[in-house]
Amino acid sequence: MHVSALATQVGERVELISGCEAIAHACRLADIDVVTAYPIRPYDTVMQMVAKMISNGDLDAEYIVAESEHSQFEIVKHASAVGARVFVGSSGVGWFYAMEVLAVTAGLRIPMVAMVGNRALDDPGAFGCEHNDALAVRDLGWMLTWIEGAQEALDSALIAYRVAEDPRVFLPCALGMDGAFLTHSQHLVKLPTKEQVTAFLPPYDRGDKRLHPDNPITIAPQVNEDWLMEIRMQNSEAMKRARGVIVEANRDFKRIFGRGGDPWLEEYMTEDAEVVLIGQGTLALPVKVTVRKLREQGQKVGFVRLKWLRPFPTEEIIQSLSRFKAVGVVDRDYSFGSPHDGAVLYNEIRSALYGADTRPPILGFICGLGGREVTIPDVIEMMETTAKAAKTGRIDKPTTWVGVRG
Amino acid sequence: MSTYSVEVVYRGIFQKHLGVKICRGIVLAAVKEGKRGIAFGRYGDSPERNGIPAKQFAIVADTEEELQISMAQYEPKETDVSIAVDDTLCKGVESWAWYGLQPINKLLKKDGTLLVTSMEEPDALLAMAHTKEAPYHIAVVKGTVSFSGLWVYKDDHTDVRVLGAVAKVAPHLVRIDSVEQAILEEWGDELKVKSARKSYDRTEKHLVAPGTGNPETPYTFEMPKWQEMREGLVIPAIPVREQVEGWEGGYRPGRNPTFKKFTTRTMRPVVDFEKCTKCTLCWLQCPDSCFDITPDGFYDANMQACCGCGVCEAVCPVENCITMVGETAFQDNASQWEAWQKDKDGYRTWVQQVITNRPARSHGFSHVTQYKRELAEMRKTETVGQVEIINEEPGAGPG
Repeated sequence: MHVSALATQVGERVELISGCEAIAHACRLADIDVVTAYPIRPYDTVMQMVAKMISNGDLDAEYIVAESEHSQFEIVKHASAVGARVFVGSSGVGWFYAMEVLAVTAGLRIPMVAMVGNRALDDPGAFGCEHNDALAVRDLGWMLTWIEGAQEALDSALIAYRVAEDPRVFLPCALGMDGAFLTHSQHLVKLPTKEQVTAFLPPYDRGDKRLHPDNPITIAPQVNEDWLMEIRMQNSEAMKRARGVIVEANRDFKRIFGRGGDPWLEEYMTEDAEVVLIGQGTLALPVKVTVRKLREQGQKVGFVRLKWLRPFPTEEIIQSLSRFKAVGVVDRDYSFGSPHDGAVLYNEIRSALYGADTRPPILGFICGLGGREVTIPDVIEMMETTAKAAKTGRIDKPTTWVGVRG
Repeated sequence: MSTYSVEVVYRGIFQKHLGVKICRGIVLAAVKEGKRGIAFGRYGDSPERNGIPAKQFAIVADTEEELQISMAQYEPKETDVSIAVDDTLCKGVESWAWYGLQPINKLLKKDGTLLVTSMEEPDALLAMAHTKEAPYHIAVVKGTVSFSGLWVYKDDHTDVRVLGAVAKVAPHLVRIDSVEQAILEEWGDELKVKSARKSYDRTEKHLVAPGTGNPETPYTFEMPKWQEMREGLVIPAIPVREQVEGWEGGYRPGRNPTFKKFTTRTMRPVVDFEKCTKCTLCWLQCPDSCFDITPDGFYDANMQACCGCGVCEAVCPVENCITMVGETAFQDNASQWEAWQKDKDGYRTWVQQVITNRPARSHGFSHVTQYKRELAEMRKTETVGQVEIINEEPGAGPG
């Protein structure tokens, strides 16, 4: 069978491509205007693929190779301010080198879409996946979504443009893409048609925020303490509005492309589950395998995959997780010295459930750091520890490192 | 059981060190009396620019706990003493740090004291200051205004003379004996102690009745709510050009209606239009685009926009066509060109008078050689009208 036989809609193509290449196709379909590049793995496959598309005449965009990540993000920030649809990306310490720009981008309400090929931060120098790079913008006004597979990468990128460029939002969006497991792994991906994408994604119109001689404005002034709180409040309100816009975008996406589920959470075998794990990104895959294995043994276990960390789906998380007897939060990140010496997602989930009427015991697991594989025995260990808490109603050890030697 | 606040309003950069030293002196003197105190600058004034009105503060209280009400603030909500170390600041204060024009006496409590260093008499200073509903006092520390620079300090004893005057007008805040002790400890200079005492002896405060002064309502600016502000840090641009009613031809550039900058000015250009050759140099070189081109092609320095930098005088090729004159000689910001249009003979006489009898003014200095030259000039009392520093002994002059 030719792979194209898998297409469900007229004109759709199916190709065997990596997560990074799926993002490049999203750039092509969204008809981006300006893209900047600076090599760092695992993000850089995207820039290679976009360059190839431009060279082959499949995409008409300005392709600028910057001298550093800082400039890479600065250039697209300015391009977006004058009305260009932009794409940019980086990984690990490269993303951190652009940090000054990342902070101002949200303040300026620039709908930049950026891919973060998740990579451990130096030192020690490492290439493997860790979520702490993208997490650095979690409090700055960036929307932040994590992706499980190559198809979802393409779909999420299109949704990201739609949400970021919505005048009710105008916020940047980072796509968390696990290094290697997603960025460098080829999957069969349905490529929609230009017509489908045009129906879904209107042109980027910055309106009266657009820097142009016909719209004489000044942007990004220096202010004193008597202005800044109002500006931060505007950012906060935009992020709150993004929740509704994400729901709308997912609804339209499903209508036009025939794909996609709940915008916030993917619930896997949770219907009668008593014990669940929750996590983000590709670690969903070994967890799902394990859930099936344990189900075969008659254990009532399940998995919840969180798709958006910002805006955080507080209500949805409360409704979902308060149904279970115990919850284990699987983090591919760390937050040294944080409550219970846990990790980021763990503390966010605990915080969200604090005011819930029913609160299951919540345990934290730190695993898969530096790109270490999350194995089935790892998941079984997490599930068993969580099940024990469900049985006793007690948490013996709030945070457990899983898969570490020693 | 009280907290007392003092503000020193000064000219950015030119008087920064002066403002800092006065506020430190007040706190150090208060400590001698067993009180507690803090001194700080208005954070939003930094980074300073030449001449922009800025502030330093000293807060004094009987106990550390009482002091806390004035801590973690940018400026006190009211003052017992407001000090203008440049008399032209009596016209009002528009800082980097806020929007609109703040009267010099705005923060003064009822019965507080406005202390001004000036060669002018209290009446002339009060004519510049805005009216106030509550009664207050004014006192003058007589002397030419002390300007220096970012890297140099003109040690003409203005600092200690102001401290002596504070002890006189607000003895509940600091006493003269503690001021003297603090000066000796901080500067180790007997001469400065003498200057402070002399200033203390000479200073008199005069009651200012409610309603005295400039009755104009200073322009204000309403801060918008978050919903009213444009998102994305967008500010509408200033229009390129402002239409002037009744003008045919001419050109007035658009200007920021909420940040006028003219309180930065200590001197203003006086233009003798009859000498003007319309060479355009003042208009081209003005760093603030303050010149309006009048319908008949003259260049009229707009006093809402002029910062008084003096570049126009420096570039004007015609002798006595543009002359910088100290700001205390003027009561308003009216157009000189309009006055000239209305009454050319009267204007001619006025120009002659105002440029001949102009008060001595300085734009500060920035290096030691300049300081030494200025110090030598200060000592020639008969030539610069300086009354306080003669015979190498600051503060020992006739009073």
